Amino acid sequence: MGAWIWWMIFGMAIVTYIPRAIPLTFLEGRELPEVVQNVLRNIPYAVLGALIFPAVFFIQENIWFGVIGVASAFAIAIAGANVIFVILGTIAILSIYGLWFG
Amino acid sequence: MKEHGFSSGIRAGASIAIGYFPVALTFGLLAKTTGLSLIEATAMSIFVFAGAAQYISLSLITAGVLPALIVVNTFIVNIRHFLMTAALNEKMEPAARWKKALYAFGITDETFTVLATQPGHKIRTSFAAGVIVISYGSWVLFTALGHLIGASLPAFLQASMSIALYAMFVGLLVPSMKGNRKVVSLALIAALFNSLFFFTGWLSTGWAIMVSTLASAIIIELISRKGVAA
Repeated sequence: MGAWIWWMIFGMAIVTYIPRAIPLTFLEGRELPEVVQNVLRNIPYAVLGALIFPAVFFIQENIWFGVIGVASAFAIAIAGANVIFVILGTIAILSIYGLWFG
Repeated sequence: MKEHGFSSGIRAGASIAIGYFPVALTFGLLAKTTGLSLIEATAMSIFVFAGAAQYISLSLITAGVLPALIVVNTFIVNIRHFLMTAALNEKMEPAARWKKALYAFGITDETFTVLATQPGHKIRTSFAAGVIVISYGSWVLFTALGHLIGASLPAFLQASMSIALYAMFVGLLVPSMKGNRKVVSLALIAALFNSLFFFTGWLSTGWAIMVSTLASAIIIELISRKGVAA
């Protein structure tokens, strides 16, 4: 593609690294105000909600893939299965669905 | 001190490695059809290691967008990681700055969620290294493989495997949700905000995830301080 692609990859690498590295290094050894700490502790669960919905409905053109997939994943997880079994079980259910109705 | 070290991290990261498999394979394939060589496609996965941003860059290259603008767009898509690594910092054991600068490279949406939802107090640096090594290995290896093979998985498998990362997010969320109304509300409110931004088109994906996450985390914090929830 020419030299520009390497400059672009270099640029992308820098701007991807900055938001990852600055908080982790800058905040090391610093005590944040308690209210900020509490909000930060909420972030992981909020992120999960936002990462799952609504994107999961659009993984395939057929919206049912996402609907059945996410429902299966919740069912398997609520039954108490380990993360890896949630993944494999959900893939298995969607494979069967895809082979029969896809 | 063998507990929760590097090999535990590898085990916890295996879910991500499985989830990255179809995504990286497809990225390698798309990079090839976009015109990137094997070296260029693999180099992008080696140096950037950011799924969403890499996918978007391919469509922007095809659209003939200026490389400098693609870099700016990459930054915007990744701004949400400021929030994630700030939150992760609260969970990580104290460590030398150079070590943190090193593993910071490996923080993606997926490694963040696996690390940040680990039960217990502080996460060891070696555990984070394990999670990252196996995820990164999968991402780079399967990018190259996707480009080399030049084909994706059989259609039914490709379709069913596209659920993998979402199933992982669900598998990480549910154990914390059980009997914890606060966790349920956090996920639900962020999901609703993000859906609102998506369907109205008010914010692009990168911003939408960050704004909905932050809004939910602040709202729930305000409510729970008043003693209404959890």
